[in-house]
Amino acid sequence: MTTGLLLTQLLNGLQLGVLLFLLSAGLTLVFGIMNFVNLSHGSLYMMGAYFAAAGFNAFGGSFLAAALIAVPGTMLLGVLVERIALSTLYTRDHLDQVLATFGLILFFNEVVRFIWGPASVYMNVPKALSGTVDLFGLAYPSYRFAIIVVGLLVGVALYAIIHRTRVGMLIRAGASNPDMVSALGVNIKGLNLTVFALGAGLAGLAGLMAGPIVSVQAGMGEPILILTLVVIVTGGIGSIRGAFYGALIVGVVDTMGRALLPTLLREFLERSVAQAVGPAIASMLIYLLMAAVLAWRPQGLFPVKHG
Amino acid sequence: MNAVLQVQGLIKRFGGLTATDDLSLALVPGEIHAVIGPNGAGKTTLINQLSGEFFPDEGRIVFDGRDITHLPPHERALAGLGRSYQITSVFTDFTVLQNVCMAVQGHAGHSFRFWTPVWRQRELTEPARAALAQVGLADRADTPVAALAHGERRQLEIAMTLASSPKLLLLDEPMAGMSHAESEGVVSLLAGLKGRYTILLVEHDMDAVFALADRITVLVYGRAIACGTPEEIRNNREVRDAYLGEQGDLM
Amino acid sequence: MDKVTPRIVLAAALLALLALVPVASVLLGQSFYVTLFTRIMIFALAAMGLNLILGYGGLVSFGHAMYVGIGAYAVGILTFHGVGSGWAHLAAALAVGGGVALVVGAICLRTSGMAFIMITLAFAQMVFFLGVSLRDYGGDDGLQIPNRSDFGLFSLANGTVLYYATFALLVGVLFLTHRIVHSRFGMVLRGCKSNERRMKALGFPTLRYKLAAYVISALVCVLAGVLLGNLTRFVAPAYMAWTVSGELIVMIVLGGLGTLFGPIVGAAALLLLEEVLSSFKTGIAAVDQLLSQHWLALIGLFIVLVVLVLKQGLWGRLVAREESRR
Repeated sequence: MTTGLLLTQLLNGLQLGVLLFLLSAGLTLVFGIMNFVNLSHGSLYMMGAYFAAAGFNAFGGSFLAAALIAVPGTMLLGVLVERIALSTLYTRDHLDQVLATFGLILFFNEVVRFIWGPASVYMNVPKALSGTVDLFGLAYPSYRFAIIVVGLLVGVALYAIIHRTRVGMLIRAGASNPDMVSALGVNIKGLNLTVFALGAGLAGLAGLMAGPIVSVQAGMGEPILILTLVVIVTGGIGSIRGAFYGALIVGVVDTMGRALLPTLLREFLERSVAQAVGPAIASMLIYLLMAAVLAWRPQGLFPVKHG
Repeated sequence: MNAVLQVQGLIKRFGGLTATDDLSLALVPGEIHAVIGPNGAGKTTLINQLSGEFFPDEGRIVFDGRDITHLPPHERALAGLGRSYQITSVFTDFTVLQNVCMAVQGHAGHSFRFWTPVWRQRELTEPARAALAQVGLADRADTPVAALAHGERRQLEIAMTLASSPKLLLLDEPMAGMSHAESEGVVSLLAGLKGRYTILLVEHDMDAVFALADRITVLVYGRAIACGTPEEIRNNREVRDAYLGEQGDLM
Repeated sequence: MDKVTPRIVLAAALLALLALVPVASVLLGQSFYVTLFTRIMIFALAAMGLNLILGYGGLVSFGHAMYVGIGAYAVGILTFHGVGSGWAHLAAALAVGGGVALVVGAICLRTSGMAFIMITLAFAQMVFFLGVSLRDYGGDDGLQIPNRSDFGLFSLANGTVLYYATFALLVGVLFLTHRIVHSRFGMVLRGCKSNERRMKALGFPTLRYKLAAYVISALVCVLAGVLLGNLTRFVAPAYMAWTVSGELIVMIVLGGLGTLFGPIVGAAALLLLEEVLSSFKTGIAAVDQLLSQHWLALIGLFIVLVVLVLKQGLWGRLVAREESRR
């Protein structure tokens, strides 16, 4: 295991982490402020990827077109879904929300299969980013590096919005004490819609950036959704900081675990055992991490303080 | 002193606010001890610390000779501490009788029994019916709680607290939202319990307080400014200024 | 409280009809119905197990499919290694399932509300991936189970025997659930759903009761899994997919949350609906093609509709109407 390989995996972990952060940030706000379990968030990510691929292919391989269609398109779709189907569920209990959004997942997966077929759709990395960057002597794919940069920038921007603007203050207040914010006469419907749209936009951005490097197909949202749920639970529901650190930790642990654990186990265990057990434990690693965090702190690593 | 409950130097802070400010208090067996004070004085916070819903930052709570300061709620209940809630906290999905049976069941050994229906267990239903009779709800036993009037629900609250065979009753505004007639019913009920139970009563209804209490503690901003017999409290200038004065010619 | 109401008569009639399915199947010369209704009963069994903690306890576990998977894999793995005894299959399944439920339950029950939902989902995923990684046992493609469980006195190899074994378990669990729900234990569970804070104030250490209920519900799902593996002669990680957990919840809500018979009605309704939709022929080629390939979309919309409109569930509405007339 060379340092080069180690560094590559670490960076890959950061890249996954950053994508998870984009998804977790929106979802944790919806959970924390609106007390709404939205399982169809993964479907928004999927739609973002599909919109991006569609735009890319329709405009002769233009990543810009993909971006211009994916992010606003997903935001619009998110707003539509919220207005038509989800807003009636805010007052219902979590079970109803879980079921309804579960039904939406099934629906979206079929819609996507209907429009684009069951096979994967492809889009390419933008030409400008198709090379490599030199990082500490390692040649790392520029595109993946760009994802990390964009993700971190979004993180900084989100921090600025949440901590330095009036809307952000309302969001923080809403996460801490939603009833109070409503009682103070703030336009709760508008705030909810804003939070939801923001989350949808972030999901669309994640879908766009993931488009060139993952298989864009029906059902791609669910594995990511579950990772996102692990991030949120580990980081603390409603907490952006929790989403950020949680996402990076989960991304790095999962990526490096899968890459290193089988090899590491081979040092200690017999080859056949290591080959059988290694990938199994590697895929379970983040869940074990989540279980450990919850056993120690049930509210997560960076819980929101409730008023 | 043979105190049933001793509170020593209790302090509870919420962020910058000191809700309970170095509070000490002792309850003599069989007495009705009222805690009064203006809104925000920290009365419910005190009860929550006594029942274990949250723990104080400093200080001790000694119940029946045992330090219960950090004991979880269900263990305090098992030790004999019963509590009723200011905002009615009953089982709205059940009938009146089922509610009180649940209270009896909490103190009737473990509940890892899977076979016999509860309504056939006399060791649960008989004490439950007795408690209902005590508060005057005997004829409403099979009524779903959802169909009860507010006053009846408050009575059910008390019945449940009684049914858990407590040594000490923490009653948080039992007469909240009741009509005059309903309050009188509760006052005579509580008067009948005097001597058999020790009661810590938080109430705003001054008629009831002065009719029932053996002693009164006055709480202002989390701090006990006076403790004594109703007569002593009535004549206490500090109390008059801080609290009773606002109520005008109440006495 | 045990009066014979119209509802009970209806339930008994439905059960009687179920008991006669193999007979009807022979008369019609179609063994397909036996398979279909065995499958319905298996999922009804799993749904009843989950209903204990979901309907009566208010604990929304989105991961109970993993216990169905454990049951099926117990049969598969033991058969793979030459162990065909049904008793061994049962013992192994219940032991492993019970152990996993104890650990997972203990961790998950430290949380509540939406965190609980998400954590149960995450754990189910974990077990799913564990199944995928078991390359020796087929991994993602799954494992064939050439022989069904042999219980000495009888073997499940015969479809009719399997049918009646499943039916017997279904009725048995129905009866046991009825006893449990009205017992001290059941009341504690229902009390926790209604007002857990008050339960603690009344002296109940609620965690241990919730955990016990969780383990019991898991074991019922394990039983369903053992039967499922026998029915299909196959087991795959797909049996533990989180969508399966979701479908179990749909069955319970569709039938009626917190009712005894609801999960059976819900399972039958959902599975029959899926069966009908996936093989429906309108005669118009384009529509038929659309339907046969994308009927799942209609199921998705159906689920949303159930949540928005059919709150009490099909059987639940009967129960509510009878309760209000009393």
